[in-house]
Amino acid sequence: MRAYMVWRDPQALRRARCRRDPIGVDAAGHSIGKEERQHMTRKQRRLGLIAAGVGVLGIAVGLVLFALRGAIVFFNSPTDLVEKHVAPGTRVRLGGLVVAGSIVKGQNLNVRFEVTDGNKAIPVTFQGILPDLFREGQGVVTEGEIDPGGTFHADTVLAKHDERYMPKEVVEALKKSGHWNDDANKTGTATRTP
Amino acid sequence: MIPELGHFALVLALAIALVQSTVPLYGARTGDAALMGVAAPTALAQFVFVAMSFAALVACYVTSDFSVATVFENSHSSMPLIYKFTSVWGNHEGSMLLWVLILTVFGALVAAFGNNIPATLKATVLSVQSWVAAAFYVFILATSNPFLRLAPAPFEGRDLNPILQDFGLAVHPPMLYLGYVGFSISFAFAIAALIEGRIDAAWARWVRPWTLIAWICLTLGIAMGSFWAYYTLGWGGWWYWDPVENASFMPWLAGTALLHSALVMEKREALKVWTILLAILTFSLSLIGTFLVRSGVLTSVHAFASDPMRGEFILAILVLFIGGGLTLYAWRAPTLKQGGLFAPISREGALVINNLFLTTACATVFVGTLYPLALEALTGAKISVGAPYFNWTFGPLFILLLMVVPFGPLLAWKRGDLKGVTQRLTAAFILAVVGILAVCVIEGRPAFAAFGVGIATFVIAGAVTDLGERTGLWRAPLPTAVRRAVGLPRSAWGAAFAHIGLGVTLLGIVGETQWGSEQIVSLRQGDKVAIRHYDFTFEGTATRDGPNYKELDVRFAVRRNGELIGEMVPAKRTFASRQTTTTEAALMTRGVSQLYVSLGDVAADGAIAVRIYHKPLVLMIWLGAVVMAMGGALSLSDRRLRVGAPKRAKARAALQPAE
Repeated sequence: MRAYMVWRDPQALRRARCRRDPIGVDAAGHSIGKEERQHMTRKQRRLGLIAAGVGVLGIAVGLVLFALRGAIVFFNSPTDLVEKHVAPGTRVRLGGLVVAGSIVKGQNLNVRFEVTDGNKAIPVTFQGILPDLFREGQGVVTEGEIDPGGTFHADTVLAKHDERYMPKEVVEALKKSGHWNDDANKTGTATRTP
Repeated sequence: MIPELGHFALVLALAIALVQSTVPLYGARTGDAALMGVAAPTALAQFVFVAMSFAALVACYVTSDFSVATVFENSHSSMPLIYKFTSVWGNHEGSMLLWVLILTVFGALVAAFGNNIPATLKATVLSVQSWVAAAFYVFILATSNPFLRLAPAPFEGRDLNPILQDFGLAVHPPMLYLGYVGFSISFAFAIAALIEGRIDAAWARWVRPWTLIAWICLTLGIAMGSFWAYYTLGWGGWWYWDPVENASFMPWLAGTALLHSALVMEKREALKVWTILLAILTFSLSLIGTFLVRSGVLTSVHAFASDPMRGEFILAILVLFIGGGLTLYAWRAPTLKQGGLFAPISREGALVINNLFLTTACATVFVGTLYPLALEALTGAKISVGAPYFNWTFGPLFILLLMVVPFGPLLAWKRGDLKGVTQRLTAAFILAVVGILAVCVIEGRPAFAAFGVGIATFVIAGAVTDLGERTGLWRAPLPTAVRRAVGLPRSAWGAAFAHIGLGVTLLGIVGETQWGSEQIVSLRQGDKVAIRHYDFTFEGTATRDGPNYKELDVRFAVRRNGELIGEMVPAKRTFASRQTTTTEAALMTRGVSQLYVSLGDVAADGAIAVRIYHKPLVLMIWLGAVVMAMGGALSLSDRRLRVGAPKRAKARAALQPAE
């Protein structure tokens, strides 16, 4: 009964609306007029929110698309690098095993070594300090550019693995080239078992 | 015997979890107080059994019981006791046990201290939390049992990965897990609210302290991880945008957004549906983080040797909880009642902006982290997304966010006065401009640095302005201001501290990235290197034996403008049992800046490769995080979170029983 009256009585309706959204004085001391109050219905506010959300999201999508063009680096095995004819000057990652006996240390922390996946070997130059885990015969991932002469100039060398762990990309590259020896890898572990 | 007991205790915990995940839920649906009452004791019992299980594993490690496979794989009898202890979670199996231990700790805390939560809500929350626990017990027991035995027991262990033999391992994983897993409580509350179909301001008041605890721990955990990487990996980096770092950073961003939106819900009953969604997303991101780190899909120092079965299992848990949570949300959220209205320019509006930016920034990190995985799964192409991507996406969004941070706390609820707030921020704005000019004059180089300092100053000064306005510091006489400061809610202090911490971290980041200098050189005894105002002289080398390693020390005398200020001794350690070497960097703290020296390899002619860094303001990066966490702790101690809520809520619960 009461609900019916509230529904019929416009004054009560207004009171009810006021209770939900009481108006009064804003922080600056001005009373807020009725027109201003009616400017923004719930729907409009929600639309405003959605617009703001879409705006920020739009900025984000723009940034993501822009950044993804420049910041993506493809991983290649030595075979990929030769067969795909990666253009000199393109930034790529090269991963494989460090060829045993190929490490040559020169002046000013210059290092040369070769990275192989069993099919092809690519000479790599690097200036700087190699990671603790960089070793002959172990997996390595390098990042840099190839020059027209076929030498890879790395500015980053990653060797994030221990003797039980190989970079996933390297394992897959080796498997693809048919030079992944599961047993050999296991014996490496087995010899350490008493 | 002890490992078997541990294993058995874990099986018992699973059995209890199954009871807890069904019986109280049924009780809450049917209004059966006795069945609802099952939740609290079972939550405590789960904790007791998992703690027993964990204690058993600790005992195996501390006594070097190499008949247990994980102890053999990750421990060594000559390791110092602290590392024997911390290596419990320095591997996949043990870290998962730590994960569920923390999960049950939180469950037990809710059971023990959640007396003011209405009975049905509490029963439902504990039930939901127990689903998560049960899923992870099954995961551990089925795929990563830490108590597996080796048939002839080996005599010696294989040693812990030397990189992990550090104090950081004692702090970083437990803190991070407290954060990750703490969000499971917010998740459980959100799911419970959806099941009950009822949510109000009191709900937000119960959720906020748990979210805050998780957030504080996650903040400290991430900061500790960053600091650990900085001093232990030897290349002086503190953040690499490595997928594993991102995995911990995404829940932090979502959790920060959740803290802010829960505030709106608590004060104004608005943003209900959004807060629920954030609570689900935050824990989902924690689970995704666990998946990324534990499944072996990523190459990283965190990826312990893993088998694909585990990855698939965690993926299944992921799909179950995220998919289930979001489905329930889609189904039930429309039934939740709408909250209060507010004008776009208001405290609520500012917090909405905060949420927009935080979640969008989180989404860009998400895209950058998972895009390579998705692309590989779809096309087979292997790519990596490096730091430039994140600097270009996350960077601008976060800078925009920081520019509006000082406005938020100064705006009034419901309808704010932007002009007035801008006037009150004039001093902060002037300070920021002074900062920019000062940087331009003193340093002159990168414009970005000056801009960064300006924003950091604005954020810090803005937070101070907020405190000043609330206490009337520059209007009322000092004693009045002091009295008001004492009477100010601790949450106001908390917010100000957290924002100040943000500014401090930004200053550190600007200092380290823009003004840092680096020299990589090959040195012999007697050689000198200069970096900024400092000179380094290679004095000599020495070798030393540690408990389970041999160490090569290199002594450097450090002079500033010709005056001797100390000695730095970086080292290289060789661990015989794993035939690995680690680099021990030497650090010298000068105020909040640091000098950093680490060694590369020794050439055949005796020259040693050396990295020398000058890192201005670097300590502020982590100091800021500590200040943020302090702000969180202050807010947590707020009176409102301890009293206030229960009385109103009880009355309300009595008036409207669950539908």
